[in-house]
Formats: sequence, C-alpha cells, structure tokens
Amino acid sequence: MSPPAPVESRPVRPVGPVVIAIEGVTKLYQMGEETIHALRGVTLEIRRNEYLAIMGPSGSGKSTLMNMLGCLDTPTSGKYEFNGLDVAGMVDDELAEIRNKEIGFVFQTFNLLPRSDALRNVELPLIYGGVPAHARHERARQALVDVGLGNRIHHRPNELSGGQRQRVAVARALVNRPSIILADEPTGNLDSKTGVEILALFDDLYEKGNTLIVVTHEESVARHARRIIRLHDGLIESDGPAF
Amino acid sequence: MNRIIYELTESVRIAMAQIRANKMRSALTALGVIIGIVAVTLMGTAIAGINTGFDRSLAMLGEDVLYVNKWPWTGADDWWNYADRPPMHPEDAVRLNRIIAASPDSLLAFAVFGDVRSASIKSNGNSINGVFTRGTNAAYGRILAADFSEGRLFNETEDESARQVVVLGYDVAQALFPGRSSLGATVTIHGQPFEVVGVLARQGSFLGLFSFDNQMVMPLGAYRKYFGIRDENTEIQVKVKDKTRLDEAREELTGYMRRVRGEYPGQRDNFSVNGGALFKEKLDPIKRGIALAGLFVTGLSLFVGAIGIMNITFVSVRERTKEIGTRKALGARRRTVLLQFLIEAVSICVLGGVAGLGITYLMVLGVKAAMPAFPVEFSLVLVVISMAVSVATGVLSGFVPALGASRLDPVVALRYE
Repeated sequence: MSPPAPVESRPVRPVGPVVIAIEGVTKLYQMGEETIHALRGVTLEIRRNEYLAIMGPSGSGKSTLMNMLGCLDTPTSGKYEFNGLDVAGMVDDELAEIRNKEIGFVFQTFNLLPRSDALRNVELPLIYGGVPAHARHERARQALVDVGLGNRIHHRPNELSGGQRQRVAVARALVNRPSIILADEPTGNLDSKTGVEILALFDDLYEKGNTLIVVTHEESVARHARRIIRLHDGLIESDGPAF
Repeated sequence: MNRIIYELTESVRIAMAQIRANKMRSALTALGVIIGIVAVTLMGTAIAGINTGFDRSLAMLGEDVLYVNKWPWTGADDWWNYADRPPMHPEDAVRLNRIIAASPDSLLAFAVFGDVRSASIKSNGNSINGVFTRGTNAAYGRILAADFSEGRLFNETEDESARQVVVLGYDVAQALFPGRSSLGATVTIHGQPFEVVGVLARQGSFLGLFSFDNQMVMPLGAYRKYFGIRDENTEIQVKVKDKTRLDEAREELTGYMRRVRGEYPGQRDNFSVNGGALFKEKLDPIKRGIALAGLFVTGLSLFVGAIGIMNITFVSVRERTKEIGTRKALGARRRTVLLQFLIEAVSICVLGGVAGLGITYLMVLGVKAAMPAFPVEFSLVLVVISMAVSVATGVLSGFVPALGASRLDPVVALRYE
C-alpha cells in the first residue's frame, strides 16, 4: 500500500465513461401531515474512476442522495441512469441485483455479521451473486489480502479492531468488483489515526482505478476526494474539484 | 438455480448459528412443538401397537377359523334379541360336518364343537384357580394355532372313550411343575384325576388382557361328565380352507347353519358367526378415541408452539433489522430474506420435532422394558409424519414475520438501531 500522494502533486486523470447520470431528481417524504422535500431537483454526473465527496449539514439531503446513488431508494421524480440502465423505474429485486453487482457499500458502523468470520462476511455478496463456493472463497480471500487482512481471514468481527473491521467491510465492498464504492462516513466510528489509514486505503483503491463516492461532513475526509459536491436544503450548492 | 442453493446453505448456516446463540430462547420456543410431536407420535405408537397386538392375537385365535356362537362378539346392544337363541349343541357340529362333506366346493374344512368354562387345577399341593378350560374333540388339534412345547393333543380314541387326559397351557404347566416336565403327571381337576398328555408352547396374551397360556384342553366326553354343558359358552369352531376368502366362507357357513337349525327364509339367524377379523371393528372406537385425544393435544400444543415461534421470529426480525438492511444493501432479494427467516423458524420446529421423537422413542423403550406384553410400536412412518408436521408448523408460523422482513425498506432497515 502506497502512502497517499501529497495534495499538490495530484495527477490530472483522463475522465472515463459516465457511470451515474441523474437529472432533476426529487425526493419527497411524508412525515405525518408534513411533506418533506429531501431533494428538490438534483442533476449530477459521475464518471468512472472519480473520487467524489458529498458534503452537507444534516437535513441537506445528503443521506437521501446517497441512498439514491446506492440504489437503496428510487426518486419521486427525475431521471436516474446507472451504466445506462434506468434505475428510477426498477422494482425491489432489480435494485437488489444492481446493488449486488455494481455497488460496494462501506458503512459508518461497518455492518458486519457478528457471528460470521471475516471470510464469510466478505463472501456474502458473492453468495447473493450466485458465485460457486470455490471461486467464492478464493475471491473473498484475495479481497481480504488486498486490504491487508490476509492473516485475519478467520477472525470474527469481535476479534478485530475497528480499523480492521472497516477493512473487512471494504473488502466486502470490493469483492464483486463493483462500478462504484459508496462509503457513508467511513471514518465516523474510528479514531483519527485509524481513520487516516482507511482513507489511505481509499486513496490506494482510487489509484487502482476504482470509483469512490464518500459521504461525509468532515472536511479532512472530503479533502482526499478529487471532487466535492456540497448540498444544502435539497439542492447542490457547489460542485467542483477539491483543491 | 445455483444461487438458490447457495442462499439456502447460507440460510441454514445462519439459522443454526442463530439458534446456537440463543439456546435458551430457542429451546423454550420449541417446547410447544416438542409436546405436540410427543403427543402425535405417542398416539401413533399406541394405535400401531394396538394393531400389532391385535394381529398377534388374531393369529392366536386362528386367522382361518370362524366361530359360531349364541352371542355376537361385537357386543349385543339389544340383548333380548339374542337371549332366547338356542345354545350351540354338539349335534349342530355333527350336522354341519355332514353338510360340508356333501359340498365338494365348500370353502369350509370341518367343524369342531367346544365348551369352555373356568376351572381350578391341583397337583402336589399347588392349586390354580380360574384356568380357562375347554372340552372339545380330537379335531381341535387341526384348529389349534399354538405349537406344543411337549407331548400332543389327545387322540381320537382318547376323545371317543372320554379318557381323563388333559393338555395344559404353558403358564399352568410352569406353575404346577416349575422347571420340570409335567408329561405323564397326574393332576386333579374338579376332584378327578387327569393325566397330562401335552403342554402348549408359550403364546402370550390377547391384547395384553387375556392370557392364552392360562388354559387347558380336555376331551369333550370327560368335560361333560364332570361339568355338564353350560349353555352360554358353547361354540363351534369352523376351519376355513382359504383365509383370504373369509367373508365368502362366512356367508357359506351362515347358510349351512340355517339348514342345520332348520330356519325358513326370512327368519332371523338364531346364531352368530364370529371371527377374529370381527374384533377389529370392536377396536375401531378405541383407536378413534386415542386418535382424537392425541390429535386434540397435538393440535393444541402445536398451535401454542406455532404462536411462540411466530412471536420469536417477529422478535428475531426486529432484533436484526439492521442486519436485514445490510443484507439487502449487499444484494439480498426479498426471496432471500424471506427464506432466511422461514428457515430459521423451520429449523427450530425441526429441532423440536427431533427432540420430541427422541422423547417418544425413550418412552417407548421404557414401556417395553417395564411391560413387555404391552403392545407399543415405534415406526418410520411416525418419523416421517412428525418431520412433515414440524416443517409445516415452521412454515406456517414463520411465514408472516418472514414476509414482513423481506418487505422491509432497506433505507429504513439500515437506519434502525
């Protein structure tokens, strides 16, 4: 694993094909009598091998946008295309398929299965993807090696440190070779030193050609990204390079 | 297709881990199912036992023997219709044999008259009361279902000359002559000396109630000399040539008996043709009663058990809402989540079912050890039935909470703490 490149010398990368294209997306929630406009018309394009941070205060629609990008939720109106597929009109199981194949999730609270060892946890997306047992073990093991946990594959979450748990989660996100990796406050439950390690891992993944979207409210985390989108009140306030 | 198998294996693994992690809770939940399965298997065991016991006993009565009696075995509710029937008479058997001999295609082989009563027997100061005593003819030897442990039945000469000879049942012989042969010994019956010419092999008891080993058989002539003829207990045994055509044989016998008794058409039979098979009908209400009681207990405990499992599955879904969210985020479909919780409910039920079967099995072993004569039978069918019942209970009780889990919105589920 290489140390993160200094901010000043970031190379300018050629942009890849569009992975995510959303246009005029709105999301309304009904909270009792009140209608909440979580997103009021967001237009956004994300290309392959981008490293994007989504920021904003709570209530800005940041989480809603993340759920939308992660195909956990569909927009009330507007267009959402993922690799050219119309996500907005998909039903539950179709969305599950997209999540399984195209999106790797990293959660703030790691969300590992407590009674399964690291290998089993990493295998889970492959099970849902219908990968045969042998290939499954091999790929999960490799993913754990890739995040530096080759010697911890049979440890259960409670036998691992916070940073190691998050690495398992990253391995799980990577194992299906997804189009995007979506991380929600990935360092939120880690001490600053471990947080830096995880961000270094993200930098490394980016260098290797992965597409990363990190949702955070910490500037220090966002600064690792190459592009920052700031949301306010359900609208994009700014969208630009992270310099 | 492969995906379903991987998902199923994963679900079973998760279910087992879940049950292991919540041993007490799972055990308590399974209790209803355990009781239900014990009830249903005990019921099945009892009914199978009665059937086996009956078949065994039927063989003792002779599967190919019909009995002509004054009374029907199946019980006479309106006894006054039977009370003034004439008893069986030795002459009836003689005439019956004459008709059978004159009918070459007859399904019947021959008829033997017998009279039975209870009597006491003494020897060397040992005395046994209440021995089932039969006076009959030598032809009885060809009807008798039992083997001889020693000796023989009295022969025709002894029969016709009313010799005072006797054949003892196994228990009678054992009680009077423990550990030694009684052949040739003299016993005292009704104050008269009888010579023992044979001992019957051990037969066991009829349905565990009436011992076939507590009997003795003597020539009819000798029997009548000392006991007379007691009207009520006379009978004619008729050997049938083909036991698979018992019903036809029974009709033929009824026709012949009517000729013997000189009954005109339309007149009601003044005798009853009985047979071991008829006893089966008498057992039906008993079996029905056991089945009803068993089904009631089973149904009740399975119902309670099912509610318990439904409840625990709801709790499990609630506890693991976040896990469900995570799984959905990783690509679990509705079906996958549904199956996972369904399999968990079914697993608890199946484990309960296995435990119930084990308990029943031990109980059956215990009963067999304590009361060897009591007919109990543990069968493979029971295993299959209880497993089916367990799985069905699990599916029925787990379905609603599992469906709820499968329909959870991943966004809501992931946020759940």
